Amino acid sequence: MKKIKLILYIFSFTLFFLNNLNAANSQQVDKISKNLRCLICQGQSVYDSQSDFALSMKILINKKINEGKNEKEIYDFLKNKYGEWIVYEPEISQNTILLWVIPLILFIFGGILIVRKVSIK
Amino acid sequence: MNKNIKFIIIILFSLFVFFVFYKGLEKPKNYLPEKNLNKIETSLVFKNLNDQKEILLGDLITNNSFSIINIWASWCLPCRDEHAYLLKLRNINKIDIIGINYKDKKSNAIEFLSDLGNPYHEVLVDLDGTKSIELGAIGVPETYLINNKILVKKYIGPLDDAKFKEIINLIKNEKN
Repeated sequence: MKKIKLILYIFSFTLFFLNNLNAANSQQVDKISKNLRCLICQGQSVYDSQSDFALSMKILINKKINEGKNEKEIYDFLKNKYGEWIVYEPEISQNTILLWVIPLILFIFGGILIVRKVSIK
Repeated sequence: MNKNIKFIIIILFSLFVFFVFYKGLEKPKNYLPEKNLNKIETSLVFKNLNDQKEILLGDLITNNSFSIINIWASWCLPCRDEHAYLLKLRNINKIDIIGINYKDKKSNAIEFLSDLGNPYHEVLVDLDGTKSIELGAIGVPETYLINNKILVKKYIGPLDDAKFKEIINLIKNEKN
């Protein structure tokens, strides 16, 4: 009886362990694919899409992670193939600086408006 | 006075929004990968369709001449439409065409080729679609015209009369 318990214990432990290892990888895949634009079904992310392109992309990301590539390296690899557009979060550069700065300016402007309104009262 | 200014501001703002949307929604916003990405990944290793032998893509693309990479699948209907153009390119214009069989069953792929003719110099297999992504493809069919290991032109979607003529012209111009 004790032996069976022990075997069961070891079995479930290894199962849990393997599962966890796998899950760590797929969490990374999910995270990266959420930030990638599906080029076939534009408006969806690779994570959301079930198109052939997106499915292959997820396999590829998994492969790259297994090869030891980190998130940034995978983005760079894909940008090299498809251009900056494939990532949802654009890098800060001359072309995209307005995109990053305008919300900040609006936020500060709104804050000033609110502060002024409150202090007038 | 104050009311008038507010009114004008609201009108101007609405006009501004109207024109932004009018201009913005006018043209289709389907993005295609940038054209200046003209490197072709020659270090990819593929398996051959018939004997599963491993082949380096760079070995198939010859120096100092044109070759074509065509990504296809037997389940892809537009691929059937463009097949005649590939046969013409192969038989009349003597261009090496490398076929990449995308996410397909081997038996279906072989049947497709025996039904419609085989324009390919070599047929390579991409079972899970990852190698096509490394080539920069987004789906089937896609055709790449390569000269001297540099990507000259990328055609997303099936070949048609216009694209066929363009390929022939591109090759002619280069040779003259």
